[in-house]
Amino acid sequence: MTQQEALYKYLLRLGDNALIQSYRLSEWCSRGPILEEDLALTNIALDYIGRAQNLLQYAAAIEGKGHSADHLAYRRAEHQYYNNLITEMPRGDFAYTIVKQLFISTFEFLLYTELCHSKDEAIAGIAGKAIKEVRYHWTHSRDWCYRLGKGTAFSNDKLQQAVNDLWMYTGEQFEMGAEEEMLSAEGIAFDNKALQSKWLEMVSTVLTASNIQIPTESYMQTGGRKGVHTENMGHILAEMQYLQRAYPDATW
Amino acid sequence: MMMDAIIIENAFQEKIDRDLCIEPKDQMPEKYRLHLIRQMSQHAHSEVIGMQPEGNWITRAPSLRSKQILLAKIQDEGGHGLYLYSATETLGISREEMIEQLHSGKAKYANIFNYPSLNWADIGAIGWLVDGAAIVNQVSLQRTSYGPYARAMVRICKEESFHQRQGYEIMANMMKGSTEQKEMAQDAMNRWWWPALMMFGPHDSDSPNSGNAFIWKIKRQSNDVLRQRFIDKTVQQAELIGLTVPDKDLKWNEEKQCYDHGAIDWEEFNRVINGNGPCNKQRMDHHIKYHNEGAWVREAAAAYQKQINEFN
Amino acid sequence: MSTTDTQLDLWEVFIQSRPGSHYTHAGSVHASDNQMALQNARDIYTRRNEGTSIWVVPAKYVTASNPEDAGMFFDPSNDKMYRHPTFYKMPEGAKQI
Repeated sequence: MTQQEALYKYLLRLGDNALIQSYRLSEWCSRGPILEEDLALTNIALDYIGRAQNLLQYAAAIEGKGHSADHLAYRRAEHQYYNNLITEMPRGDFAYTIVKQLFISTFEFLLYTELCHSKDEAIAGIAGKAIKEVRYHWTHSRDWCYRLGKGTAFSNDKLQQAVNDLWMYTGEQFEMGAEEEMLSAEGIAFDNKALQSKWLEMVSTVLTASNIQIPTESYMQTGGRKGVHTENMGHILAEMQYLQRAYPDATW
Repeated sequence: MMMDAIIIENAFQEKIDRDLCIEPKDQMPEKYRLHLIRQMSQHAHSEVIGMQPEGNWITRAPSLRSKQILLAKIQDEGGHGLYLYSATETLGISREEMIEQLHSGKAKYANIFNYPSLNWADIGAIGWLVDGAAIVNQVSLQRTSYGPYARAMVRICKEESFHQRQGYEIMANMMKGSTEQKEMAQDAMNRWWWPALMMFGPHDSDSPNSGNAFIWKIKRQSNDVLRQRFIDKTVQQAELIGLTVPDKDLKWNEEKQCYDHGAIDWEEFNRVINGNGPCNKQRMDHHIKYHNEGAWVREAAAAYQKQINEFN
Repeated sequence: MSTTDTQLDLWEVFIQSRPGSHYTHAGSVHASDNQMALQNARDIYTRRNEGTSIWVVPAKYVTASNPEDAGMFFDPSNDKMYRHPTFYKMPEGAKQI
């Protein structure tokens, strides 16, 4: 594997996480629990689309085959997407979305903080922009955890259920692939494993303050990083890629 | 009491006649207040229900750019609903009550959103025609007599200026594209043109609510005047990109310097208003469903607020 | 449904558009607590770079003057021109500070 190939795959991974997360968040449009929150979730979705665009554009440039960001977003086959499984989990109820966002934002906060110092200037630039967005996403989901966790017995149950259901999808975020090993040795990427204990500490602090039990389950699902997805992914792509696939020659 | 009411009404009308804004704490005739609540809440509901036909295409938007634009646009509609709800709340009705009136059918929303969005060009047509029609109407409302309503409209018009353009851009791109894309664009044009014309409401001669609305300067220009303005601008844009306006009677009137158009199907208009449009039930069911699904979240937030107030 | 439903409390939003400038009323949001009110205000009123700082105030704590009092409140300052610099004559040739 050349460094170029490693970088291409790494950018796809970061880009796909943003792309699929934006897909799920955008599903909230006109479905929020209150109008204000509808707009808040859409704002987060827009941040992610922007990030996906930047990362996939850079990936396309590294790939060097003259593809566009859209080509990468809309024309790959399922096994060529490398997002973490957690991003493709369904929209679920509001508690589920908030917990998912907390788990992902906490990881992204730690990762993008490090990537701001990447030796790859383009990555550092993207990270510098992303970290501001991530801090807001994190605060937003943390505050909602407090409200749901301490609000009513019903909302506490919902939040606990979401934490339990999503827990086994959190471990994959810290896995390292060969390309990440190579790139982190060069100071371009960062060692995901090194973020895990800090992640657990941050998440536990929020959940404990929300009267939520931290799951003791230790089995973690994996696969997305290797292109082996949950059944959700095919449905996402069928919908997302519909026009691009049905009219391959059209420009939109 | 009678005398007081007359004095209030005279002072109020004098203010209106001097083109002064009415503000929430000013005295106003009850009929003016109720007229505003009806019109403004209907306007707010329209923005919110209008999120649905466009939302139908978010997950299928064909490029990252188009998805971004669409999402930002729908978000704007939600924001505009929110500004309008707030402005209406200054008249002494809560958002809870307004939503309840929407769900019970007492409050209406714009008829246009009872039509389905069937292909991607519909997103173009909605932006270009529906927002185009809305903006003609809203520009005129920036000078409406009720201050909070006028201020909301100023903000809304400023934000909406990109909506019509992005819709037209989609249509123009599709008309430059493949045969299939052109067909989609023309199909969307055929389905949205007439409902867009109906957005301006009945002809002036059949407009039941207009009398007071003019005297009170809530409404500044008549349905037919606004409709004509929209047609004259839009027909030219359609021709420029090669779209056919689906009206065989449409022709330029040299004498009046505007377009004459064919008869609007008011039977269809009334049928849809009375609940029998393609999507009336679907739109309302969607709103009720997600409103109800959000109830526990709102309750939790309210319960949490009580706790932090107690313990702080 | 309607008796237990809530759209949360109403808050008034003030935005400072540039550092150093005045805070101006932008509109309202619904929110349960002050953090939510701030975040909602940010999400709704600063989507187009409109702000550098936000105040939120529960609407119930805003007291507005009565239109009937406008006369006694505001008219008495009409005739106090001596509060304005243009009221004073400067000797010709004097430089402005």
